[in-house]
Amino acid sequence: MSAILPSPRLAALKQHRLLWPLVTLLILLAINATFNPNFLHLAWREGHLYGSLIDILNRAAPLMLVALGMTLVIATRGIDISVGATVAIAAALVAWMIGGKLVMTDGVSTYVSRFPMSLAIIAALAVALLCGAWNGLLVARVGMQPIIATLILMVAGRGIAQLITGGQIITIYYAPFFFVGNGHLFGLPFALFIAVAVFIALQLVTTRTALGLFIQAVGINPSAAHGAGVPARRITVWVYAFCGFCAGAAGLIVASNVKSADGNNAGQLLELDAILAVTLGGTALTGGQFSLAGSVIGALIIQTLTYGIYSLGVPPEINLVVKAIVVFVVMLMQSPEFRRSVQQLARRAPSGATR
Amino acid sequence: MSAAPAPTLQLSGIDKEFLGVRALKGVGLRLFPGEVHALMGQNGAGKSTLIKVLTGVYSADRGEMVLAGQKVMPASPLQAQKLGISTVYQEVNLCANLSVAENIFAGRYPRHGAAGGWRIDWATMNRRASELLARLNLTIDVTRVLSSCSVAVQQMVSIARALSISSTVLILDEPTSSLDEDEVQRLFTVLRRLRDEGLAILFVTHFLDQVYAISDRITVLRNGEQVGEYRAADLGPQALIAAMIGRELQGAASAGAAPVVSDANSPPLLEAKGIAQRGHLQATDIQLRAGEVFGLGGLLGSGRTELARLLFGLAAADHGELWVDGRPVRLDKPADAVALGFALCPEDRKTDGIVAELSLRENIALALQARRGLRGFMAVADQAAMAERFVASLGIKAASVEMPIGQLSGGNQQKAMLARWLATEPRLLILDEPTRGIDVAAKQEIMDEILRLAGAGMAVLFISSEMNEVVRVSHRIAVLRDRRKVGELPGGSTEQAVYHLIAGEA
Repeated sequence: MSAILPSPRLAALKQHRLLWPLVTLLILLAINATFNPNFLHLAWREGHLYGSLIDILNRAAPLMLVALGMTLVIATRGIDISVGATVAIAAALVAWMIGGKLVMTDGVSTYVSRFPMSLAIIAALAVALLCGAWNGLLVARVGMQPIIATLILMVAGRGIAQLITGGQIITIYYAPFFFVGNGHLFGLPFALFIAVAVFIALQLVTTRTALGLFIQAVGINPSAAHGAGVPARRITVWVYAFCGFCAGAAGLIVASNVKSADGNNAGQLLELDAILAVTLGGTALTGGQFSLAGSVIGALIIQTLTYGIYSLGVPPEINLVVKAIVVFVVMLMQSPEFRRSVQQLARRAPSGATR
Repeated sequence: MSAAPAPTLQLSGIDKEFLGVRALKGVGLRLFPGEVHALMGQNGAGKSTLIKVLTGVYSADRGEMVLAGQKVMPASPLQAQKLGISTVYQEVNLCANLSVAENIFAGRYPRHGAAGGWRIDWATMNRRASELLARLNLTIDVTRVLSSCSVAVQQMVSIARALSISSTVLILDEPTSSLDEDEVQRLFTVLRRLRDEGLAILFVTHFLDQVYAISDRITVLRNGEQVGEYRAADLGPQALIAAMIGRELQGAASAGAAPVVSDANSPPLLEAKGIAQRGHLQATDIQLRAGEVFGLGGLLGSGRTELARLLFGLAAADHGELWVDGRPVRLDKPADAVALGFALCPEDRKTDGIVAELSLRENIALALQARRGLRGFMAVADQAAMAERFVASLGIKAASVEMPIGQLSGGNQQKAMLARWLATEPRLLILDEPTRGIDVAAKQEIMDEILRLAGAGMAVLFISSEMNEVVRVSHRIAVLRDRRKVGELPGGSTEQAVYHLIAGEA
């Protein structure tokens, strides 16, 4: 195994669309590791892995889910800014349906849920799916601009979530539900398994069926796709519905994680992080070709960045500014046009010096 | 013709390479003042590349360019414009939402007060716009919104804009491809006048008769090389085609007599009974049979495309019925038509046909995949094998089937659209202007393919503005005028017969 790759393979690597997102992620991890010596440290405690990296993976799971759904929506040339509200609705519904009442049985106090947990989870996911389908119908059937169509739910969704919680923050006491957001499987956070399962399922569906081709065709040239017999509208509706479903799953994790549901703040600004994750992953907002793996990496970039800002002790009042600056730099780095002009500058500078 | 004047613009030894493909190899071009010069060549011969070098879109790798005795090399379209080289592109690229005058002066509005004043001098702008258009024999209200003007007028506006930037060289890239006969004649009148004023005009077209109607000189390119420069009078059409394709063209196949319809009593494959769409098409009856090429003649806007759209479920009829195999059907969307074995190659392949960023393979597989549904996924290797088969049988020129289709030339894109639909093995193939904007040899190949398909039992509905093509391949011809069918002619009718019907003299 020689250290130097044959040049065609190196060129292919340089062309690979995941190269820059991965480089960005590695740089962020390296920065974290430099300033925080314990950052890369992993320990086995109480039957599962502990460490900053695990923490990042765990916390990134809801964002990964939402970003995966968003990727398909963006690939069809759309956008969904209502995912944060959908997260709140799903979280509120599941919290209300589970709740938790203290009951004494045989002298042992236990909490029982209002409805069976499985029913609560199915209901929350179904409602989230309907929220997405509503967006899809507005876009595909009514013909609304996606940003306007989803703006409606973005605003109304918070209200619906408040309605479900009765304007309160509902606390969940029913312990089995905590497993979704805090439990571990094979030593790793359970939430991660949900995100990875959705990723694998999507990856299979888009590469082993014609869905990937159809979504790209609809995103690049809807009129041509329609004319070729692609059920463009139906695909659009389902893509939005699926995005809603992903937001619902994220809502379950969020609610379980904080053991409560807050209609006002759950999933706040998650839509923007999701769009950012998709963009960082190399999917263009103009639609067409998309990268699911890229979006997962994008979500990890954002979570690593957030983690870094907190762990490096950036004062909370300026952390949004720091985040904005880093995002700006990352975006520039990933832009081929920007890289080209930097290269040109670098090439011009020495030739100017010799003159 | 004594001592020839010096050329206004001379290019020599122009080389241009893209990713190892030499698009231009030592090409030269001379444009003389007061002459119309036709640039000819098949798709992919290097015409577009040469024009882009001329107008500063690309920079040449080697070679030189002399404009009025000065060595120049425009580095950007703006610079080329400042040098006096103006271009009118095939697709009108103006702002549809601005007025005619605003389009002509966009970016250079006359101002009140000294140059650089803040307020736009609308009165002056409109007056000067009217004057410019008057020079082109056009009197229209220049405050009209551009989108309310016909394509022909929009083209005149592009030319007026080009002229207003005081040009010495005017380049017209396929200016006639969306104009009808009268509009072409009017354009030519204008071009002749500009030529007589001493302008050097470069004209690119695929219509041979237009080359001879207007050009004084012809430069032919083939595979990126210059075949030669000729005086139009010295190079006959046959010789021109031979120069373009590098060999003699075989005699064109033609449909001739009606095909042997297997059973005249069986119901037709498709029958439209009084099908109509308000504002687009009045009640129309047609019958299409298997094994037959059915031609639709008529001018642009006569309802040809509208009829095709109704037959394919792209538009909804508000009257009439469609019968397939003797049974009534409803077509709400193209997918319904595809399920019945129909196929339609649209008129505007850029906006309704190709999916530019996807590969040739994916574009060819798209319709078949849509027909097979989500789960009937064709493995990538199968798609590639199928695409390779069509690349070979239709002679599509592409470096690989994984190339984005947007990078292919127009003729090859058109063949890929044909391949997309042939892959679905359709019973009825609707071709709306399949030969527009493609070169002579590709046209020939597409028409031969149409006849071969009909011979194999397919029904073909053939729509073209070029009446000689319609009469040559069709077994029957329906003629449309003013959004209704005005008559039907048998195969072997002359172009004159069709024009008589169109003119309402039959």
